[in-house]
Amino acid sequence: MSATDLHPLGAAPDSGQDDAEQLAFDNFQAGRRKSGPRRLASNYGAAAGLFALSIVAWQVFVTVGGLPEYLLPVPSEVASSLVDDWGNILGPATLATLREVLLGFLIATTLGIGIACVLHLFGPLRRAVYPLLIASQTIPVIVLAPILVVLFGFGILPKLIIVTLICFFPIVVNGLDGLSSVDDDYIRMMRTLDAGRWAIFRRVEFPAALPLIFSGMRVAATFASIGAVFGEWAGSNAGLGYVMLEAEPNLLTARMFSAIIILTVISTLLFGIVSLSQRLIAPWSRQEKAR
Amino acid sequence: MSLTGPDEQRVRRPARPATTGPSALAPSGAADSEAPQISVRGVSKRFGAVVALRGVDVSIDRHEKVAILGPSGCGKSTLLQIVAGLLDADVGTVSVAGATAAKDRLACCALMPQRDLLLPWRSALDNASIALENRGVKRRDARERTRPLFQRFGLAKFEQLRPPQLSGGMRQRVSFVRTLMAEKDILLLDEPFGALDSITRAEMQEWLRGAMRDVPKTVLLVTHDVEEALLLADRVVVLCAHPGRVVRELDSRLEEVGSRREIVTSPEFVKLRELALEALE
Repeated sequence: MSATDLHPLGAAPDSGQDDAEQLAFDNFQAGRRKSGPRRLASNYGAAAGLFALSIVAWQVFVTVGGLPEYLLPVPSEVASSLVDDWGNILGPATLATLREVLLGFLIATTLGIGIACVLHLFGPLRRAVYPLLIASQTIPVIVLAPILVVLFGFGILPKLIIVTLICFFPIVVNGLDGLSSVDDDYIRMMRTLDAGRWAIFRRVEFPAALPLIFSGMRVAATFASIGAVFGEWAGSNAGLGYVMLEAEPNLLTARMFSAIIILTVISTLLFGIVSLSQRLIAPWSRQEKAR
Repeated sequence: MSLTGPDEQRVRRPARPATTGPSALAPSGAADSEAPQISVRGVSKRFGAVVALRGVDVSIDRHEKVAILGPSGCGKSTLLQIVAGLLDADVGTVSVAGATAAKDRLACCALMPQRDLLLPWRSALDNASIALENRGVKRRDARERTRPLFQRFGLAKFEQLRPPQLSGGMRQRVSFVRTLMAEKDILLLDEPFGALDSITRAEMQEWLRGAMRDVPKTVLLVTHDVEEALLLADRVVVLCAHPGRVVRELDSRLEEVGSRREIVTSPEFVKLRELALEALE
């Protein structure tokens, strides 16, 4: 008696086909249990392949087309610029931008979650502030950058303000949505179990909102480096945005591309950190989706 | 009073027996047990144009177990929420252990909802002890106090599991323990097994029947399942819909002892079920 005899769909008409099915099932099971590197490979393998392919295509296109380097540098030139300029130019600039991005993101997260909680707990305040908050988002933050530079100079402060302004909005909106979208049945259940307003917030609403807060943070993570670069463009003497401003008139296109690549890496890293912390802090959010 | 007597005796119990019945098992509060612990008088409730309840009277003695049986939409859950103090009646009075204000009623009842409503970020044990934490008990102490009930109700192995890892029946058990841990004298059960498949439901009915025998509490159960009502309660109040009103009361204390299957197939039970179904028509 083989395992296929126990198949809930009954008789085994063709053993060959059944074996194949069993094999597919085993592979499926193995796939579900795949750990670490193998799962990584199956999740991101295709994306990595496509990326590599487009790099090659880019290289071939430029080389065959004979485009001048200042218009579109080949990937190999960008790579050598990354290596050559890292020590004096790109390295320090990356550090400066990274500081703006991380600090700004941290401030935005703290502020965003804090504001969402306060607005949620005090209904009248929410009704007063929330519409203004949304209206404030129609002001293009980019045009604020020069004003902030005039006000606060070339230092890190105007950049932090811009990064914070860009990042905190998705966190507040998602946080408020998460906090107020808890099913009434849970609130009623807690009320019959002696829970006061604070207990309901702490034990039900806040944990329930965490998955949405984290998705707000993921959106914010992709905005953070944009904010930092705009801040640097408006006025600065350090950072990747500044490097790009300097490289442009000198037609150092490869260096500009290098800066862009580093910015992408910073954003992706921040995104990864947020996803990882979600997995650690709110591991239930994935299970909940499955239900 | 004969429990297998003529139908008339089953229907509309004329007077509450003074010495028999579960209420006599409560030795404490002799003066309290005179007055019903839950008293619903002429309660009506409407939601917009829909009359959910009209002139409902129910009274329940201390440690009596009563089921409210009715079709979906007869307002039985509304009645339960009114008793619990989550809603207020439009007309009529509700008194629960002497409390009439909604807020005070809320303080003396524990409600077990139809859905288990377990929090996925808490272990089974922490879910069950949430009422203690809400009252300011430290989490560690709350766990220690809940643990004995987990053992008693066959949940010891599942303490550390999260709700998504538990079966539907197990989740409902945890939910029941959570309701018990509110340490209220009155339990309100809102279709506790309505979300379960019929096999698990039968299993859970048998389990709850045993569990309720062990805990001296006043129980008000709401269900649309005739067997569930007859099995779990001493008295069944039949409600009909549009608008919700009481059409009959049945004494459902069973002489038959044994497994669920034995009880359900006994002539006594079959007769009671017929009476209940007739009332529902």
